[in-house]
Amino acid sequence: MAWTKNVLRVNLEAGTCTTEPLNMAWAQDYLGQRGLATKYFVSEVDPQVDPLSPKNKLIFVTGPLTGTMAATGGRYSVITKGPLTGAIACSNSGGYFGAELKFAGWDMVIFEGASPKPVYLLIIDDQAELVWETEAALQKHHQDPQLRVAAIGRAGEQGVLYAAIVNDLHRAAGRSGVGAVMGSKNLKAVAVRGTRTDAYHLADPEAFFKASEAGKQVLAAHGVTGQGLPTYGTQVLMNVINELGALPTRNHRDVQFEGAMAIGGEAMHEKRPTDGKANLVTNGACFGCTIACGRISRMDPGHFSVKDKPQYHGASGGVEYEAAWALGAANGVSDLEALTYANFLCNEDGFDPISFGATVGAAMELYDLGLLTKEQVGFELPFGATEAMVKLAELTARGEGFGKEIGLGSRRLCAKYGRPDLSMTVKGQEFPAYDGRGLQGMGLAYATSNRGACHLRGYMVSPEVLGIPVKMEPQATEGKPAMLKAFQDLTAVVDSAGICLFTTFAWGLSDIQPQIQAACEGDWSEERLLLVGERIWNLERQFNLAAGLTGKDDNLPPRLMKEPAKTGPQKGAVSKLDLMLPEYYQVRGWTPQGVPTPETKARLGV
Amino acid sequence: MQKSLHLDPNKCTGCLQCEMACAWENHRSFTVAKSRIKVFTFHHEGRFVPYTCTQCDEAWCMMACPVDAIRLDPVTGAKIVLEPTCVGCKVCTIACPFGTINYVAQTGKVQKCDLCGGQPACAKACPTGAITYVDADWTGLGKMRQWAGKTDTNPATV
Repeated sequence: MAWTKNVLRVNLEAGTCTTEPLNMAWAQDYLGQRGLATKYFVSEVDPQVDPLSPKNKLIFVTGPLTGTMAATGGRYSVITKGPLTGAIACSNSGGYFGAELKFAGWDMVIFEGASPKPVYLLIIDDQAELVWETEAALQKHHQDPQLRVAAIGRAGEQGVLYAAIVNDLHRAAGRSGVGAVMGSKNLKAVAVRGTRTDAYHLADPEAFFKASEAGKQVLAAHGVTGQGLPTYGTQVLMNVINELGALPTRNHRDVQFEGAMAIGGEAMHEKRPTDGKANLVTNGACFGCTIACGRISRMDPGHFSVKDKPQYHGASGGVEYEAAWALGAANGVSDLEALTYANFLCNEDGFDPISFGATVGAAMELYDLGLLTKEQVGFELPFGATEAMVKLAELTARGEGFGKEIGLGSRRLCAKYGRPDLSMTVKGQEFPAYDGRGLQGMGLAYATSNRGACHLRGYMVSPEVLGIPVKMEPQATEGKPAMLKAFQDLTAVVDSAGICLFTTFAWGLSDIQPQIQAACEGDWSEERLLLVGERIWNLERQFNLAAGLTGKDDNLPPRLMKEPAKTGPQKGAVSKLDLMLPEYYQVRGWTPQGVPTPETKARLGV
Repeated sequence: MQKSLHLDPNKCTGCLQCEMACAWENHRSFTVAKSRIKVFTFHHEGRFVPYTCTQCDEAWCMMACPVDAIRLDPVTGAKIVLEPTCVGCKVCTIACPFGTINYVAQTGKVQKCDLCGGQPACAKACPTGAITYVDADWTGLGKMRQWAGKTDTNPATV
């Protein structure tokens, strides 16, 4: 079976590491990764807990397909209660770290309490220990090229509320502030080396190879996963979404960005006039990934942001679509090199470029309205100010000056300066790169996402833009609540299996199911998997309701409900959330207040 | 026809499917730490480089072995470790100029690429063509062709 059946419990208060068997009954109901860790989390943590207190827990978790030859089988997730939202936080990452954790023999690591001083966890196969002399010990172990590290940076140490956990230098469990929780526990890093060949066993190797090979062929043959993503990364979307009139610009004042072309995927391929080289060096893959959408970029060494900083002249993780949008369009900046530098800082110091960029956009609007002054910020902050955006990235990472306020996120910032309505957030988390007016289904997806505004909980862009699995008109509302539910449930399955959501551009459940079936013991039919997905969704919802959120939090900012899109094909549109939300609750089997009915709970066993 | 593994770093994305395939072939596990082919990441250069034994014709590992545990596979040209004979002295690991024969503490023997008996699993698993198994006489042909394409004898465009 594809679980290692081992859970590592780390008590940071006592400094102990203990092993316990995985609850296999729960694995049958929740599969792994996102679902299974959520079950553990909900069972062990008081929903009312202060996210930054020692009573909150932090779970690193892999899925049954993590560390297998299934395409993209290298994912892990981090589950906790998020400080940005007060809701369940679940952040998913690739790179190599997750597979290494599996090879060391662990499905899950649960962190409890907080350490009295900075510490990191070292795992070498079944040996796990907390190491106190963080820096010296890590440096020593950096000599080991097989050691994989997931760490927080200065942002997590400084309490930036959207701090990320970064592994393999530039892959991140990026959203919802999981890094802030890790920082609050004085846990600097998890370093792992896995060399066990008996960590887990596939249920049916022959069937697994057949299914995973078939899956790889589907990915290779599909236009998005076989060509678009390897060539342009997720940045393939920048110009598409802009032309569609759904690219939120300048804190969602506009829906099209005149600078989109300059910061999109095509621009990354173009040779710079300054040094004759392209921003993009190559594409890169996470563990086991046959898509390879990752961007590896090298900056123009003469660019103002890095002119005297040779440490940024080498190649590193470049901007993907959401980052390019947030650092760029969201605040009106169209300098690709500046975005790349800010993105390097997000990786190095560990913070989410989406929430950061969107918060800068909100600050720029407050400045534009005269609610923030040059004296308060320390410099001028109009929309489009490239140098100011760069400066704020540096200050936010260090927790200095006005960066301290940017580090609190857009909801707290806008509330402080008297305009909470200008915060482009849901449940306190900033929107990603699609306008909820331009794409009605995405608006509903944002409003109902269990971790606050997010594109990775139900990617309605697929039907509304790409026609996957069927084409739905962006402004239509009919059928979208049911489609969103299907996407949300399927996504929860994918997030719990150990593979990447991007496979679903090409893969349907019928491609994924045989791989899970061959890896895991027991009968994993498509129907059962969808039930698992729905169960996970409802469990997350229950946690949020118990944490104090209500149906009233399934909303969108007034700007999206009242201010029509100004230009482009979606001109005049506002979000029709009111039309869709009641129907969504209905298809979910929830009351008109958004609470799962007793029948729904009984059906799903949550 | 003798064939060779041909490694093209320009096509490698660092996905490690090759390492998993190799580990599976030899250890029935995807644990990449056990792979005989390794992909190295040169982060600040933005390069991924797969590397393994190139099966030297005059194989120093084979010549250095004091117990004759490394033999030539006459069909594939691979130099193969005979595990029952190997005493784990590691002299071969010193003799090899490239570091592509390695000691495995778990078994007390050395391991190296054996070309999977003529059907290398790494090449089959590689999704980008960075690892191919080609006619040994023409491992450079693709690169040669690429450079040939860059020559330009048309004076009008010089």
